[in-house]
Amino acid sequence: MTTAAAPMSQPGPALAVPPPRQRRSRRLVKRFFRRRLSVFGLVVLVLILALALAAPLFGDPGRNDFSAVLQGPSAAHPLGTDDLGRDTLARIAYGARVSMQAGVMATLLAMAVGVPLGLIAGYYRGWADLVISRLTDLLLAFPFLILAVGLAAILGPSLRNVVIALGISALPSFIRVTRGEVLGLREQDYVAGAVADGAGDTRILSRYILPNAISPLLVQATVTIPEAIIGESVLSFLGLGVQPPTPSWGTMLSAAQGFLSQAPLLAVWPGVAIALAALSFNLVGDGLRDTLDPKAER
Amino acid sequence: MASYLLRRVGTSALVLLLASIVVFVGVRALPGDAALALAGEERDPAALEQIREKYGLNDPVPVQYVRYLGNSLQGDLGFSTRTGLDVTDIILERLPVTLELALLSLAVGLLIGIPAGILAALRRGSWVDNASNAFGLLGLSIPNFWLGLVLILLVSVQWGLLPASGYVPFLEDPLGNLQRMLLPAIVLGTGLSAVLMRQMRSAMLETMSADYVRTARSKGLSERSVVLVHALRNSLVTVVTVLGLQLGALISGAVITEQIFVIPGFGKLIVDGVFTRDYPVIQGVALVTVFGYVFVNLLVDLTYSFLNPRIRVSGGAS
Repeated sequence: MTTAAAPMSQPGPALAVPPPRQRRSRRLVKRFFRRRLSVFGLVVLVLILALALAAPLFGDPGRNDFSAVLQGPSAAHPLGTDDLGRDTLARIAYGARVSMQAGVMATLLAMAVGVPLGLIAGYYRGWADLVISRLTDLLLAFPFLILAVGLAAILGPSLRNVVIALGISALPSFIRVTRGEVLGLREQDYVAGAVADGAGDTRILSRYILPNAISPLLVQATVTIPEAIIGESVLSFLGLGVQPPTPSWGTMLSAAQGFLSQAPLLAVWPGVAIALAALSFNLVGDGLRDTLDPKAER
Repeated sequence: MASYLLRRVGTSALVLLLASIVVFVGVRALPGDAALALAGEERDPAALEQIREKYGLNDPVPVQYVRYLGNSLQGDLGFSTRTGLDVTDIILERLPVTLELALLSLAVGLLIGIPAGILAALRRGSWVDNASNAFGLLGLSIPNFWLGLVLILLVSVQWGLLPASGYVPFLEDPLGNLQRMLLPAIVLGTGLSAVLMRQMRSAMLETMSADYVRTARSKGLSERSVVLVHALRNSLVTVVTVLGLQLGALISGAVITEQIFVIPGFGKLIVDGVFTRDYPVIQGVALVTVFGYVFVNLLVDLTYSFLNPRIRVSGGAS
């Protein structure tokens, strides 16, 4: 693992060989793209993001067509219609927005709170570590869904509150991963060198420690996002998340449950969407892990 | 060892105490007035005041907490505001249902995950390995409640093989009980088996390249005994730890699986409690869940430190 690049003393002349950092990232990109499954995951991920961004193109998810209720796939409705005559494809596309938002926002929230706490615990040790570690233990004492259900019930059902509930539930893993990394990194020679150089704590943490802890955090994020996507769908399915008529893959499945024998496909599409979204992140995450940590290559 | 044990038990006790505060405060933070929920149709202010007085809702919150903690420690978790039944009795009635589901799921998870992981590691790069890896990834990505819906759709609705939902106590009708628990156990066990398979595979790959396995081979031992005696035993240690960590996922999974298959277990109890604002029930279930979860993790940690002495020494610093 390279250390944080030392600032170059003078701008070098234009060379054919790119600076070391650029060379490294090119090598990493190459290594990632050699893994066919990860590339497949990346493609699916981009497609889902495109679907979410282009959702309005697929029509109005709330428009009822009572002449076409619970229909199978047709030219007008490629994925059929639900019990209220709404177009399933449009609802899946808008559901992608909800799922992506929930997955990414909850993960960002967990990172925004968890990473600084992990940095403090690992770098300063002592009583700060003690308090933060017990807080982590406390959060871990609640199984993920019990905590999320409880928080969603307290905060009330909405997308914002689902994000908060899932973010808090994912907090302990980010604190733990960051803390563990920092514990090792703070003993490195270049940190001792920076201390001798008179660098303050903020500078050491932001320039020397955090950049070197990015890889495991990135991998943790790709594990957390699919968990949060599934978590959102579970909470919405239970009625504790996004509320109808807002289309979400979880509420769609919950509604489809009542029409299993009349319109089985209604219960298929949202599930396929959730599985593909989670799978794409898991594949990209597997690829990232193997790319960033060659030792883990299996 | 004794000091590690004491410290580990002490930490768990502290976490449980903090968790009881979180549950207590959390339940009070739930929207809605507990007295209103207790009163049912009654809206007379004087009657509400009487209820507050009777249930001690007018006392300072710390006083209420200490009373609640004391009662809980004696096994008194209060009464359901919806049914008026003793919460401890309700929990004791529902717990075996969820435990049966958990044990069956565990069996499914182990029966699929362990052999698949071993085979994948031994036949690395073969179709068995690829199929196992695909299974592992799908198992992690497919939400178990959707798997439940699909299985109900195929097995119950389309093929009419098994009942889609409901519950019969094992002692009343063993066959009917297993018929109804089979699908939920498969749903819950598949996710577990995916995790176990992935862990088992990488643990086996690691131990198979370890020095002592090479030594065993060079001694001329048969491949069979190299795998079974040397590699497998050491890989299983890792799997035991993973199993402890997966308990939380199992509890979470039970919540949603019971909801889909309409199984009157622990998970359904807490979700129903949230929707009917049955505070004593939510409080009791959350408390018992956290207690069980922390306790099992403590046991796993202690077992692990017993199996692996390095943890006792180096783990003591953190």
